[in-house]
Amino acid sequence: MQLQLSDEDREFRATMREFFTTKVPQEIRDKVAEGRELSKEDIVASQKALNDAGYAVPHWPVQYGGQDWTQLQRHIWNEEMQAASVPPPLAFNTSMIGPVLAQFGSDELKERFLAPTASLDIWWSQGFSEPDAGSDLASLRTRAVKDGDDWVVNGQKTWTTLGQYGDWIFTLVRTDPDVKKQAGISMLLIDMTLPGVEVRPIELIDGGHEVNEVWFTDVRVPGDMLVGEVNQGWTIAKFLLGNERVGVAPVGSTKRNLARAKRLAQESGLLSDPLYAARVAELENELLALELTALRVVANSAEGAPHPASSVLKLKGTVLQQAVSELLVDVAGPQSVGGDGWGARSTPTYLNLRKASIYGGSNEVQRQIIAKTILGL
Amino acid sequence: MDFEYTDDQDSLREAARALLTKAYGDYGKRRAVTQADPGYSTETWSRLAELGGLGLPFSEEDGGAGAGWIEAAVVAQELGRVVAPEPYVVSVGLAGRLVADAGTAEQRAEVLGAIASGERLVAVAHDEPGRRWSPTAGDTKATQDGEGWTIEGVKEPVVQGGVADLFVVSAVLPEGGTGLFLVEGDASGVERESFPAADGGRVARVTFTAATAVPLGSAGENRTATIATALDTARILAANEAVGIMEVALRMTTEYLKSRKQFGVTLNTFQALTFRAADMYVSLELATSITQWATMVLEDGDAAAISAAARRVALQVSRAGRHIGQEAIQLHGGIGMTAEYAVGAYTTRLTTLDHLFGDGTYALGALADGVGGYDAVDPLS
Repeated sequence: MQLQLSDEDREFRATMREFFTTKVPQEIRDKVAEGRELSKEDIVASQKALNDAGYAVPHWPVQYGGQDWTQLQRHIWNEEMQAASVPPPLAFNTSMIGPVLAQFGSDELKERFLAPTASLDIWWSQGFSEPDAGSDLASLRTRAVKDGDDWVVNGQKTWTTLGQYGDWIFTLVRTDPDVKKQAGISMLLIDMTLPGVEVRPIELIDGGHEVNEVWFTDVRVPGDMLVGEVNQGWTIAKFLLGNERVGVAPVGSTKRNLARAKRLAQESGLLSDPLYAARVAELENELLALELTALRVVANSAEGAPHPASSVLKLKGTVLQQAVSELLVDVAGPQSVGGDGWGARSTPTYLNLRKASIYGGSNEVQRQIIAKTILGL
Repeated sequence: MDFEYTDDQDSLREAARALLTKAYGDYGKRRAVTQADPGYSTETWSRLAELGGLGLPFSEEDGGAGAGWIEAAVVAQELGRVVAPEPYVVSVGLAGRLVADAGTAEQRAEVLGAIASGERLVAVAHDEPGRRWSPTAGDTKATQDGEGWTIEGVKEPVVQGGVADLFVVSAVLPEGGTGLFLVEGDASGVERESFPAADGGRVARVTFTAATAVPLGSAGENRTATIATALDTARILAANEAVGIMEVALRMTTEYLKSRKQFGVTLNTFQALTFRAADMYVSLELATSITQWATMVLEDGDAAAISAAARRVALQVSRAGRHIGQEAIQLHGGIGMTAEYAVGAYTTRLTTLDHLFGDGTYALGALADGVGGYDAVDPLS
């Protein structure tokens, strides 16, 4: 057992800290730090800055722009990025479809898509969930039927995050309705400018427009936009969702937000109220325990394979993320009701973050995973 | 950054586990031992000494094994796994640390050597009625009488004070401040009354009436800081014991859920129950992480770092111990309430460990007091 980082990792951390705090535009980082909404241009500019330095897709295979980093270095990269209020690279591109294409895509798909996916010259959307297929993803009904070389797609996707910005969408579609539901699914890449693709916004409780419905009506998709083999979609989806759970506890940004809530509570005098001080101290302690758990997981996880305890990180990570947003609304008090200051922004953020325990496998799904795969129940 | 134990530490764990499984693998044996005085097995204690387990953190010149606190923590975890009643944390962690930090070279060699060999059981007489985890003495006074010293006062609860061969006693010094003294168990003016403790062990009320005492280290020195560090050390070792207990309490609970049938099906058919077990696992993982970290701080850190880590681990493990202990009984149902079934003993021991050196609310109060003084907590800085 060894508490300190090695000299090499310490140096790596310093390099990351230096990069994130000096090479990503300050105005974008200020927006993140203050909980303001980012524009598409902000997200693209930030990812381009990372990609130019080789830091947008460090977990990809090296030949496609990845870095040969250890799990711990990836963790440090992620934490320092969050601590510096740098918007993380677009997950749909870098955590989801990129690794999938690198693993399952044809040479043509790799050649065509991987570089612009890393640089965010193509903005990907995720087309998995449907109105009747959320946690029970395999129940999806969007159909793709072969017609000559093309696939003809009909159906509806939902909860398509930032779909309004999407250039392309990676979808799971039913290609064989007559077999066990997991066995008849394929993954298709669909150009969102094709005729028959329609994106409709869904307004959420925070007043924002973050998610969408995507409708497909007789959309003709070229046959070579299939990823992997026909009916292999479920395997690919499991690979993708397994990646999604890695790094899912946003310790760095939650820490930053808690420090901010504390600073604001101190400025307003609220921190001298022992009840508030205790709430802060308790959250800090749980966050420390979570960070140490994340470190244990990265330090001990076999290369590539997600640690079984990653469900703990997702579950507890989102609970603490939500709790800190709740603290900030409470610190804002009456200012949280409305206006134009930080207090007014705290309420939409708090409401928006209710999603964290629902997406990426709801926290009930995580409990189910812990109970079944870790405890054997 | 590395959370893995070394091969040597793993071998120590295996040896300790083998020894303790033989002693208490059958829970009935543990129950029999706690039903008779002194509430622990002197034979198991000797075996632990032979293994080198009682001298792990002490230097070789003091008669110890020259290992460290991480090694002591490994043994504490194993004791926790079988909820062994041996007074390891108070004898090795608390008494040992006090003597190691405050004793003269001669006292260290004599007392730590005797602890390590299992020759003498050393208890700490520090708590006093009505006081809560203070590093200072309250009404117990030390008086200098020519060349010698005497102690006057009541200490309670003193873990295994009924049978201890030697006491490390805290007392208010004539000039103020809290001093530390050694008092022989059979010295005149030492009266002890032993009670069965909630966790099956024994605690005593020890009354010192002009009892002859020898200053630990140089006479008349204020040892408040030494006591605080020893209490922090004990808290971190206790957290390790608690982690061992919680791991097994959870395992017993999941085994029970898989085997116990109600309404014609096993209990793990009911999601309401499996979700609660999943939450217990979350508590355990977080408590384990912070305990391993605190143990590394204990091994490497200065007194201030150890103090901060002890507060943090105390808070987290207190919360986790209550959560896991309470749920373990609830998910077992009625059988969890019975003394002949082990899970209750696990919860009981978690409850007493929580209250020996400062519970979660006490730690939270200290953390909350200082919360405005820094930006964020960084375990790697």
